[in-house]
This record gives sequence, C-alpha cells and structure tokens, in this order.
Amino acid sequence: MTTVESATDTKQMTIVAAIQNALDIALGLDERVIILGEDIADPIGGVMKATKGLSTKHGLDRVRATPIVEQTIIGTAVGAALGGYRPVAEIMFMDFLCQAMDQIINHAAKSRYMSGGHSPAPIVVRAMIGDSKFGAQHSQALEGWFMHTPGLKVVMPSNPYDTKGLLLSAIFDDDPVIFIENMGMSYSIKGEVPTGDYRVPLGEASVLREGSDITLITYGAEVHPSMAAAQALEGEISVEVIDLRSLVPLDISTCVRSVSETKRAIVVHGSTEFCGPGAEVATQLTDRLFGTLDVPVARHGATYTPVPFSQQLHSTPTEESIIAAIRTLRQRDAVGQHPESI
Amino acid sequence: MRGKVLPVHEAGHDAMTNTLPDRAALEWMYSTMLLAKMADERAADEARKGLLAAALYPVRGLEAVCAAMGVAMAPQDQMVSSYRNLGDALSRKIPLRAIIAEAYGRMGGTSKGKGGTMHLTDNERGLIATTGIVGAGMPLAVGLGLAAQLDKSDRAIAVTFGDGATSIGAAHESFNLAALWKLPVVFVCQNNQWGEHTPLAEYAANPNLAERTAAYGLHAEAVDGFDPMATLQSIGGALDRARAGEGPSFIECRSYRLTGHSGLSDYSYVPTEELAAALARDPAPTFRTWLEQNGHVDAATLDQIEQTAVETVDDAFAFAQQSPHPSPDELMADVYASPEGVPTR
Ligand SMILES: Cc1ncc(C[n+]2csc(CCOP(=O)(O)OP(=O)(O)O)c2C)c(N)n1
Ligand SMILES: [Mg+2]
Repeated sequence: MTTVESATDTKQMTIVAAIQNALDIALGLDERVIILGEDIADPIGGVMKATKGLSTKHGLDRVRATPIVEQTIIGTAVGAALGGYRPVAEIMFMDFLCQAMDQIINHAAKSRYMSGGHSPAPIVVRAMIGDSKFGAQHSQALEGWFMHTPGLKVVMPSNPYDTKGLLLSAIFDDDPVIFIENMGMSYSIKGEVPTGDYRVPLGEASVLREGSDITLITYGAEVHPSMAAAQALEGEISVEVIDLRSLVPLDISTCVRSVSETKRAIVVHGSTEFCGPGAEVATQLTDRLFGTLDVPVARHGATYTPVPFSQQLHSTPTEESIIAAIRTLRQRDAVGQHPESI
Repeated sequence: MRGKVLPVHEAGHDAMTNTLPDRAALEWMYSTMLLAKMADERAADEARKGLLAAALYPVRGLEAVCAAMGVAMAPQDQMVSSYRNLGDALSRKIPLRAIIAEAYGRMGGTSKGKGGTMHLTDNERGLIATTGIVGAGMPLAVGLGLAAQLDKSDRAIAVTFGDGATSIGAAHESFNLAALWKLPVVFVCQNNQWGEHTPLAEYAANPNLAERTAAYGLHAEAVDGFDPMATLQSIGGALDRARAGEGPSFIECRSYRLTGHSGLSDYSYVPTEELAAALARDPAPTFRTWLEQNGHVDAATLDQIEQTAVETVDDAFAFAQQSPHPSPDELMADVYASPEGVPTR
C-alpha cells in the first residue's frame, strides 16, 4: 500500500481544518457520503467547527444536524449504511459513545458477520478525547474498548496530514471505523496538508524519528510528548519513535522491524496501562522477538483512575514521565532486573 | 402536525371488505399464518427432543399481523425485525428452508448459520436486519428511511418490535427523529401484552401505546392484531402515507402471546382466562372459518393449503437437518471486508 497523492498544492492546516477538508472532499467525491451529528450544520458547523460550511455547500440533506440522540445517530448511520450510504457520524466527546455502545458493538461491528457477509455497515464514527479541565466524563481515552470488538477498525491520528488522509481512507473503507480525535490537538497542532485528495492507508504505522537505543511506540496525542521526550534525551539515549496511526489494523511489522534493531521498546498511550493497547503490542513483540530482546517490552499508559480534574494530578503520560519511563528501562537494561526488585 | 389516536377496530371484518385483497392474496395469507404456527410448533418439538439447539421466540398470536404485513408491503419495501422474526421473515417471502436452516446453524440458512434465529437477514427480499437487542431496530429503520428518502425512492421501511420495546430510549429517539424528518418508516408494534414475564399494564403508566406515541407528532393508531383484514388496512395505510411523503406512523397491533416468551419457557404466570380468550381467536383457524363462511375461499382449497403447509414444514426441517455445517474457515470469514492486516485472535 502506498500513499496516493493527486494534488501537490499544500496548505497550513490545523487538525480541525484537515477534518473539514477531508469531509468536504468526501462529500464532493461521492453523494453516498452523508454526515450526521449534533449541531453540525451551519452557522455553528459543529461544536469544534469541523463541519463548518459543509451544510451550506453540500446541503442540509447530506449534512444533517440531529437532536441529542447519540444511540440513534449511530443507529441511523448503520441503517443508512445498510441502505447503501457511507455515513459519517460525529459524536462530540468520546465518553458519549457510552450512549451509543449498543449500536456500535451489537449492530455496526457485528452486522457483516451475523448476516454471513451480506450486510456490512461501513460507517465512520468520529469522536474526540476531551480534556481533563472538563472532568472525568469528558476526557477518557477509550480506544481499547473498540479494539476489543471484532468487526471495528480503530484509527487515532496525531497530526493534520495523517488526520485527513486517514479520514478519507476510513470513509471509503468497507468496514465500520472508530475515528478518534483529541480535543487538545484540534487547534494546537498545525502542519502542511495537500489540499487535494490523498489517502493514508489504515494499518500502516509511520516512523517519525529514527533512533538506535530504544523504540518508543505510540499514537494519537501521546505522539507529541513522546517526540519531545525523544528530543530531550538526544545525546544521552537515541530514541526511535513510531506512530501507529491505526490500532486496528495494527501494523506490528513496522514495530518488529524497529525493535529487532533497538532490542528495547516501550509503548506509550493515554488510555489505561492496565488492559490497554500497550499490553497487546508488548505481547506481540515478545512473541516475535523473545530471546533477542535486551529487556521485556515496557508499557507506559494512564493510571487506572478516572481522569482527575486537578491540573496537579497527571493520569496520562507527560514528556517528563515518558523520559522517566525511558530512563527506567535503561536502568533495568543495566542491571537486568525490574527496578522495583532492585 | 399533531398526531392523532384512532380507536381500536372492533373485532369482525365486515368493514374491511371494501379493501379485500384478491383471492390469491387471501390464500397466501392463510398459508403464511399456518406456516408460522406450524414451524413454530415443530421447532419447539425438535428443541424439546434435544434435536435443535437454538433460542426460539414463538410468533404464536402474531400470525395475522405477519400475514397482513406480507400483503401490505411492496417488493421494494424493507423491513427490520427482532428476535421474534419467523412470521416477519415469512412475510418477506423468505423460503422456510432458509429460515429453519439458519436455526440449525447450517450453510443453507439466511446467514450461513452465523446469525442464528435472532439474526435472519435477506437483503434481496428486503429483510435488512433483525436484532436481538430490544428496541434497537428502530434507529436502524430511521437510517434506512433516511436512505430511502435521500434516494427519492418509493421504498417504505417497516420495523417490528414488541410492546416492551416501547420502553427503550432508542424507541423514543427514533419516533421523534422519524417524525421530525418525515421519514417513510412504519413502526409496527407487535403488542402481545407481555415483555417476558411482565404484563404491559405493570410497566407502562399509560398502557395505551398508540395514544402515548401520538405525542411525538406522528400518525399513531391501534388495531386489533387478531384481525388480519383490519391490520392489513392499518399497515397498508401507513405504508401508503410513508410513500406519499406524509411521514412515519406507529401501528400498535394488539394481540396476545399464545405461548411462553421463548421456546420452551414456562408460562403458568399467564392468567388462564386471558389466555383462553386469546386462544379462542387463534389467528389461523379463525381466518379459515372466516374465509370459508364468507365464501372467499372454498373448503377444498383450504384443505389443500393445509396439506401443502404440512409438507413445506417437513421439507424445511429435512432440508435444514441435511444442510452442511459451515466449514471451519467460515469462523474467520465476514468479520471484515478483507482479512488483510486485521487481528485473527
Ligand atoms: C436491551 C435488552 N434488554 C433486555 C433484553 C432481554 N429480553 C429479550 S426479549 C425481552 C422482552 C421484550 O418484550 P417485548 O418488547 O414486548 O417483545 P416480545 O418478546 O414480547 O415480543 C427482554 C426483556 C434484550 N434482549 N435486550
Ligand atoms: Mg411483548
């Protein structure tokens, strides 16, 4: 699989702008693409403004503001998909997917299988991880739940380029995709993005930074503190950083290739470490590289707590905690033991 | 537009004769009621003998509603059903062979044996989804209705569900959204007066479901679900309104559950007088009497239909029992569009 580029013009875009641009292109490419969500129509154009201008340009029929009905937004999307459409549903905060879990898990994910292959439900659910300043009900990273559900694909980009390319791939993918955004990155992360149609394939990790001592595997918002940590350790420890970009499909081969060189790996993510995606990545790496690793694969995820409101309490990895986790792994490397048992 | 509540049609079919379907349709209705009743009873027998390991949700009591659906719906129409779907599947003209083979988990089933009794689907015949989650079919119907509306098609969507399902939040979200967007959806409430072990009056402060639903601004009406002609007229009218762009309807088909909730479950908790009164109106035999007495179909033809139904049921069970089991590679097939890159364990 390769990244297809059909336009050379680029533009500085925020992640929100990249989403808006991807949706605009998808709506223009295929009239079977429709968007459903609360407040998504103009003039507001979505609470994050990710659909700004789209209802004006593509019509209220296709860019449909709904009442506050999360489970029926997803159910309607699944029904419309069964009716031949490619719906994109916007559910503001990922926490509100709880309202819609029945439709996602029991209907979107299982429809193809339960029908013996006749009734796929190719929807995209866009939802964002919020911010601790909103408290524990608007900030949780729940990607692990969806990875745990056969039939779903799970995508979690970290930058505007990938966001646009992955969203376009997701919309035209024949399986239901949970597309996870992050509020903190929506406007703060900018980058050059081609203005035309291009696709970043699902299931291809990207190596963001080369290094020889340790491989740091991450995705989504944690890519940024991970890159900062790698930068900060330059000269002391050479850190390779891999952005998984999608969690299902999971590009384990890119990770294996890297870790077979570095022989040390740490998986960093914003969902809980306990039963988090890192457990899966670590196990798969160990399965393939056991005996060649210098140390067991480490995980650095969120604490097993609701997200605390206080800015003084950090449940998710930060640049400092990632640096500490890398150093701990090095220390263990030196003595060959788990630091707690030293 | 405010919704309106119409009174339940009185038992008796005379008012309906002006919309009487043709003789072939009447014969089909009788045959469908018989097939639903007999396949239900046969499945229970097989389960009792330990020969059929499937969750069964009898449709006894709903035969008239299902037969009416079959005549009211056009070939291009689509349906979403529930776990209690045998009659609905027959109404979409899905062969009994495929329905029973799915119950046996065989390749000859509607879903290669991977869906089971709660998940019959047949896109070609317009049974788009069946859900085992109470109330979850309604949002799906809203989505199919949206697709039909955007397509500017003349498709209407019927979704069937029980009385208990009207307690679910998704139902209320769907009534509102379908009414707001004027979608071509017919909500067919198969009111059998029970949600598992709980009677309607014990879980709804207002057990008049049609009246309650009218508040959403859709056409709501209750009909005697034991009366196939009245039900046909109600559902037919709703489908016509849907196609004419007049928006959704809620048709509460008042019936009674003539068996336990599921396969072999106990139903000693059902009051005997109520059950006896309902059984006195058992849809298939009652319809036969009516057809015969009113000279719509002669006795010899009705006998022939009964004979054919017996043979069809025997044939379907024999077909199902001989249909191959899915091969081991079916386990991994149909999870994703392509198996490339996705987890296998
Ligand atoms: C969300 C959900 N809750 C509970 C159940 C278990 N359950 C299956 S059928 C049923 C009763 C539903 O009653 P009703 O809607 O009247 O349909 P009926 O079975 O009478 O046809 C219940 C509670 C379920 N399948 N889904
Ligand atoms: Mg009921």
